[in-house]
Amino acid sequence: MPDSPILSVQDLQVTFATRQGPLRAVDGLSFDVAPKEVVGIVGESGSGKSVSMYSVLGLVRDANVQINGSVKFQGREILGLSDQEMQPIRGGEIGMIFQDPMTALTPVYTVGWQIAEQLRAHSGMTKQQARERAIELLGEVGIPDPRKRVDRYPHEFSGGMRQRVVIAMALSCNPKLLIADEPTTALDVTTQAQILDLMLKLQDSYNSSIVIITHDMGVIAEMAHKVVVMYAGRPAEIGPEIDVVRNPRHPYTWGLLGAVPRVESRNDRLTTIPGNAVSPLDIPEGCAFADRCEYRMDICTKRPQLKGTNSHLDACWLSDEQRLTIRSKAVR
Amino acid sequence: MLSFSLRRILSAVLVLFAISIAVFLIFFATPGVDPAARIAGRSASPATLAHVRAAFGLNRPIFIRYLLMMDHLFIKRDLTSYVNVGLKVVPQVLKAAPITLALVSGAAVIWLVVGIFGGIIAAANRGKFIDPLVMFIGIAAVSVPAYWLGEVVNLITQSRLHSSLFSWVPSGGYTPFTQNPWQWALHLLFPWLTLAALYAGIYARVLRAELVNAMNEDYVRTARAKGLSERRILIRHALRCSLVSIVSLFGLDFGALIGGAALLTEVVFGLQGVGMLTYTALQNLDLPVIMACVLYGSFFVVLANAVVDILYAFLDPRVRVA
Ligand SMILES: Nc1ncnc2c1ncn2[C@@H]1O[C@H](COP(=O)(O)OP(=O)(O)OP(=O)(O)O)[C@@H](O)[C@H]1O
Ligand code: SF4
Ligand SMILES: [Mg+2]
Repeated sequence: MPDSPILSVQDLQVTFATRQGPLRAVDGLSFDVAPKEVVGIVGESGSGKSVSMYSVLGLVRDANVQINGSVKFQGREILGLSDQEMQPIRGGEIGMIFQDPMTALTPVYTVGWQIAEQLRAHSGMTKQQARERAIELLGEVGIPDPRKRVDRYPHEFSGGMRQRVVIAMALSCNPKLLIADEPTTALDVTTQAQILDLMLKLQDSYNSSIVIITHDMGVIAEMAHKVVVMYAGRPAEIGPEIDVVRNPRHPYTWGLLGAVPRVESRNDRLTTIPGNAVSPLDIPEGCAFADRCEYRMDICTKRPQLKGTNSHLDACWLSDEQRLTIRSKAVR
Repeated sequence: MLSFSLRRILSAVLVLFAISIAVFLIFFATPGVDPAARIAGRSASPATLAHVRAAFGLNRPIFIRYLLMMDHLFIKRDLTSYVNVGLKVVPQVLKAAPITLALVSGAAVIWLVVGIFGGIIAAANRGKFIDPLVMFIGIAAVSVPAYWLGEVVNLITQSRLHSSLFSWVPSGGYTPFTQNPWQWALHLLFPWLTLAALYAGIYARVLRAELVNAMNEDYVRTARAKGLSERRILIRHALRCSLVSIVSLFGLDFGALIGGAALLTEVVFGLQGVGMLTYTALQNLDLPVIMACVLYGSFFVVLANAVVDILYAFLDPRVRVA
């Protein structure tokens, strides 16, 4: 029996009221994160990955936003808590790493000050203790000569080093859950690999769970135990990493993985999917992927529900036999 | 930081030197005009003209003339006005300067406190009633002309309610701080408030806009994700970063006001400051006084800018390296 989940997201809906009408950024997202589990969320740009995880921490500050559903952290409902009630959770229980390390730190304070600030917000540490711990943390995330670097300003660090600082900060209070929003997208390839390694290493020593957002299937394959594939704010496929990567079920996931070569784009990079992402303002009534799906059927004007066997779910009307035929053709 | 400050001061000195040359050239080397006639003022006698020529070495090479001029201005300080015959120019400026300095500094304290406070209150209450209220008061303060506001204040405190509510308000003018600090403050209170109103309005609006922008920055999201209180996020992160632009705005305003831009307030409240001095000199075409005032004004603008840059570097570590 798996332990009860650290984080449980149920039917999350995030809608922005815009001039052009309601924009459903997230629509019916549900998934659990078990202790020490690494969950990857993949999807194209604009599929609602960031918005969904910001909603978890109450970081969507738009006055025109409407958030529904349920987010339970260690069994406690945290959606709709006030900022004050969220304070001990943010940074204390759930750490967050952001996409762009260049802008994520306050430019006018030293990195040590910023780490110490978080430590002091969640513990009774003195300034001196917090500073010592900040130096330790900087060392742990692989910043050379941390005792000297602790008094440097963010602009004196490279992108990769800044991301290490952000990671040190996110981990400073031993959070049970780490949410990383495309932590390596803004970095070069070698640094990407180092940062991912670092996160895995730290996850191991801190025993935290991770939700990692990415649009890179490679990152998923390397890190995740479980995958949530999102399309246009909706979950298209959810399952254990092995199953989703080896045996993807949704046509969108096939596209992401390049599992099904397409006639018209044989020379393209395999992971490019023809057609443009659907505009979040007019997502079709039925299957959101229908406009770009080669296997569209009449029934696809009705919205497919997430269903499947065991823990591997997908939202598509194709029957098992149809999928088998399509995929066996592709292999030939 | 120290070397940055030194470099900045050195460059300010160089700028001042350049300004003194430029001012000199404009006043004394404009082709086709006899500078002696200009200095001596309208309808000067031939004897005066000859005296001026000799005193300023007007028949000698131009750099000697520049040096002589600077000598009269800064070393001998005996430059005299030929409009108000015998009046020494430099002491006049030095007498007017403290008045302007007192007026502008006091007003600056008021407008900074009120403006920053108003901006924070408005930004912290965005979307509530108090935000548009503060912004409306701000725009009202900005739209009222200082001159008119001063007249109204005078009308109320000096005549309408002078016998009752405002009997403690002294009639215009200035009392030096060294003579009587209480009277000094009393004389300056309404000029301060009048001058500060406009700037408080501007600063509140600018700061609110800066804060609202800053609150959308990534680093604020990080600060929130760290579990800081909303107040701490606003003050320690958003405000701290917005201060940088407030400081540069302040430097420009303060420099310009010290340099004579507080003229209207000085006139309304009968304060014999630098603005007033320049204004009278311009009316009389009193060239030596005008020149001294221009140099004085540019001195303060340059100085204020240097101080602002140093403060800027102090506030924003990214500037220090440059
Ligand atoms: N404050 C907002 N107001 C209106 N629409 C918004 C707002 N924030 C996000 N959106 C919209 O919500 C949708 C989902 O955005 P989100 O940032 O979650 O995408 P993402 O999957 O993280 O993409 P990326 O890979 O580019 O980060 C987008 O269409 C975006 O335009
Ligand atoms: S439901 Fe229909 S349109 Fe949607 S992915 Fe499946 S086959 Fe394609
Ligand atoms: Mg995103």
